[in-house]
Amino acid sequence: MSIDFGAGGKDLELVGLRKEFPGFVAVENLDLKVPAGQFFALLGPSGCGKTTTLRMIAGLENPTSGKILIGGKDVIDLKPHERPVNTVFQNYALFPHMSVIENVAFGLRQRKVDDPMVKAQAALDMVELGHMAERRPAQLSGGQQQRVALARALVNRPALLLLDEPLGALDLKLRRQMQIELKYIQMEVGLTFLHVTHDQEEAMDMADIVAVMNKGQIEQMGAPEKLYDRPKTAFVAKFLGQSNIFVGEVSETNSEAVSINFKGNKITAPVARSEKTTGKIAIGVRPEKTQFHATKPEATSTNNVLGPGEITDIRFTGVSNQYLIDIPEIGEIIVFAQNVGKSPVVELGAQVWVSWQVEHSFGLADLPTGKEDA
Amino acid sequence: MKFSLGKYLLPTYVFLTFLFLGIPIAYTFVFSFNDSIKSNIIWRGFTFDNWLNVCNQQDVCDAFANSLIIAVSATLIATVLGTMIAIALVRYKFKFRSATNLLLFLPLATPEVVMGAGLAAQFLDFGWPKGMLTVIIAHTMFTLSFVVVTVKARVATLDPALEEAGRDLYANPAQVFMKITFPLLLPGILAAAMLAFALSFDDFIITQFNSGSIDTFPKFVYTAAARGIPPEANVIGSMVFIVAIAIVVTVQVRSSIKQRKLAKK
Amino acid sequence: MAFVALGGSTAAKKQAPKKAGRVALLLLLPGIAYLGLFFLTPLFSLILTSLKTPSASGDIGRYDYAVEFGNYLFAVEQYMPQILRSFMFALIATVVALAISYPLAYFIAVKARNKPLLKGLLLTLVIAPFFISMLLRTFAWKQIFSNDSWIVNTLKSFGIFGTDSYIIGTDFAVIFGLVYNFIPFMTLPIFSNLDRLDLRLLEASGDLYANPITTFRKITFPLSLPGVISGTLLTFIPISGDYVVASRDFLGGPDTAMIGNVVEANFLRIQDYPTASALSVLLMAAIVILVSAYVRRSGTDDLL
Ligand SMILES: Nc1ncnc2c1ncn2[C@@H]1O[C@H](COP(=O)(O)OP(=O)(O)OP(=O)(O)O)[C@@H](O)[C@H]1O
Ligand SMILES: [Mg+2]
Repeated sequence: MSIDFGAGGKDLELVGLRKEFPGFVAVENLDLKVPAGQFFALLGPSGCGKTTTLRMIAGLENPTSGKILIGGKDVIDLKPHERPVNTVFQNYALFPHMSVIENVAFGLRQRKVDDPMVKAQAALDMVELGHMAERRPAQLSGGQQQRVALARALVNRPALLLLDEPLGALDLKLRRQMQIELKYIQMEVGLTFLHVTHDQEEAMDMADIVAVMNKGQIEQMGAPEKLYDRPKTAFVAKFLGQSNIFVGEVSETNSEAVSINFKGNKITAPVARSEKTTGKIAIGVRPEKTQFHATKPEATSTNNVLGPGEITDIRFTGVSNQYLIDIPEIGEIIVFAQNVGKSPVVELGAQVWVSWQVEHSFGLADLPTGKEDA
Repeated sequence: MKFSLGKYLLPTYVFLTFLFLGIPIAYTFVFSFNDSIKSNIIWRGFTFDNWLNVCNQQDVCDAFANSLIIAVSATLIATVLGTMIAIALVRYKFKFRSATNLLLFLPLATPEVVMGAGLAAQFLDFGWPKGMLTVIIAHTMFTLSFVVVTVKARVATLDPALEEAGRDLYANPAQVFMKITFPLLLPGILAAAMLAFALSFDDFIITQFNSGSIDTFPKFVYTAAARGIPPEANVIGSMVFIVAIAIVVTVQVRSSIKQRKLAKK
Repeated sequence: MAFVALGGSTAAKKQAPKKAGRVALLLLLPGIAYLGLFFLTPLFSLILTSLKTPSASGDIGRYDYAVEFGNYLFAVEQYMPQILRSFMFALIATVVALAISYPLAYFIAVKARNKPLLKGLLLTLVIAPFFISMLLRTFAWKQIFSNDSWIVNTLKSFGIFGTDSYIIGTDFAVIFGLVYNFIPFMTLPIFSNLDRLDLRLLEASGDLYANPITTFRKITFPLSLPGVISGTLLTFIPISGDYVVASRDFLGGPDTAMIGNVVEANFLRIQDYPTASALSVLLMAAIVILVSAYVRRSGTDDLL
């Protein structure tokens, strides 16, 4: 048996992938393409089917239907050990009866690679555990075990590396360091990484492509900036960062812009940034794109204005302040303001108006259900 | 998915192995219905007589009764002594811990014939006549370690904080034991007692060396084997089997119901 | 079950035991004294008896205290074949029982892990033989394999067996019976070990390019070694001293006697206590040496 390891990574394609457990659909009609050598992050809430997806790609779970192509080749009929894929397991799964270095050398030995111990030691050095090579996994801390799991997978230079929340147990500093390390290795070797994480910052930071998954389906996929700038569904808008979302019937449309009537206020978004232009739609804006004013700004065709409302909460988070503004009949709006002294100095209870540029609005394909945060 | 032979190989193997394990059990059961005279070797036709009149064969019944008396007595003593040791081993630090552990392990690692002959030699030296008492002594001895091992596993899963909480709530040590420790240990103690009973009831080798003229059920079977075992012995064997299986199944069903209830909560 | 707990090894060690006290002593003393009186001193009695000489009075079954090492020489000279046969049979039966039991235990612990009903049923079936007298089961095999039984006749009619061939009384029959009787003793400790095996390790091994056979060889089996050791000890030790199966009234014949048969005959029939005791001491010594060497090599020191 020979496994085809490319010099670099290979592309991965999932077509109509579906997994049913008895009485429960964990993954539904998943279509996804990861170009070779890309860092792909799969982001989603707990239980949405991320691990199940990875397990199907690794061959540990049989899909109910659908195709898995690695480097253009269908691997559905290949057993896990025949696939050019390695996994960093969510629970590490280190072999307790072997030393750390034996763990790392395991895959190399199976493939009869030359100098397994030398390569394993190098991989351990890379995750800064070179001095613990002879220990047993039980003698390591959680974070150290995680790094061993990482080294054990990376050392094989697989065409596709699956990472299931590999940095979950690390403290912030080590986490950042490992993120940089991972990204560096990925670019250096040109491996394809499929990285599952809860941490949106991590996903945005490291990935070339981010996919947001919800209830077994991909909601949206794209470059991180793009996903953030133009979320297409209420779920993505709320899951990736924060959003103010307004729902209303479309009141005006032209070739440029679409406006809704939001409880008597007109809110406009560019047509080019809207998924829907008829019926009841939702328009959103990121809190950092909004400003507040002590006097009522003039409403023009290029900006949206709401207010007046009362500031009910202020949170200082360092570089920016978060303001919660309660506008009667309309509800709460979140505004982020940079802490550079530009915005008016306001206090709790102050009366303010909120405005933002129309070009920053985005129109969603669906309506918020109110359960996105759960 | 490809058709894989491996998928069916193991289940088939397991099925055949269980068939193999069941053959002598089925044989014993079937021949308990044999309409035979004394030696129960050739099938002579079906009858319920052996089941209805087990004690026509007086020796079998007496031997069975002796086995019960011995097993109950040995189980009681071994369970009490063994539980005490198990609690001490898990809960207290003391000097001769590893020596104690070794002493408890040794009977498990000693062939029965050695324990049987040793005890018989000692009874000879002491000039004690062999009989019911010597068998009970012997059975208590060899079941004790099994009780310790079984109860110890249970004690080890017990949270000491529970007892401390009891003490904190003004219970004196005796009350703590009766109200907290003992009830929590009970399942382990019962399991140990059942094991001790089964081991004692089925023991033959140690019994033969220390029973003198007293017959137990296994000893009866051993002696009778030369001429052929009467069907009444098969009846008793089958009866014990049915009762034991019924107990095991009841325990399992009850614990699985309990687990399901817990899972629902 | 004790066997299960025995296979399980060290769960009990985790809790920090409290300080010594009179309570501990009171709890321990009765049981320990009991074992001292009825397990340890009998071993000394055995040694003392093994060195006795026939009584000057000449009565059968009467012996005087002495230091007669010649008893051992006599026992070894006289019963070498039985001694060797015991360990040979025990070794073969243990290996065969292991080969039969391991897949069984693996299936119950791993394949049936998420099917509690099936698992409970299979476990009950494994221990079911315990519930019917071992002697009755062994006797049943005797009948099943007896000279004019259906099996033997069928073998003869197919020409696999000569007309004067037989099964009962052969080495094969005795080893067969021993294997049968001890399969549950082998299966349970291995099961209880494999039951705690983390299946995700097997997945990780497959993920790292090990095929199922390699995964078994490098992960599953090494991790199950404590269970295998418990199982082989719980099988080997009782078999080496067994004398029911090899008895002529059961599956044995004139040339299948094991140490146990000889001890039984000398002790209980011809009342040659010194020879029987000498043989018992030799058996015990051999077991202690074998077990400690085996346990040390396999690296599992705490079986209890
Ligand atoms: N073997 C199984 N049988 C039944 N349901 C399962 C099984 N494995 C997973 N599930 C269910 O499928 C869903 C998806 O699980 P999965 O492990 O893929 O989630 P996840 O996205 O990785 O979550 P997390 O971020 O918490 O790790 C969950 O609701 C889970 O309960
Ligand atoms: Mg997961």
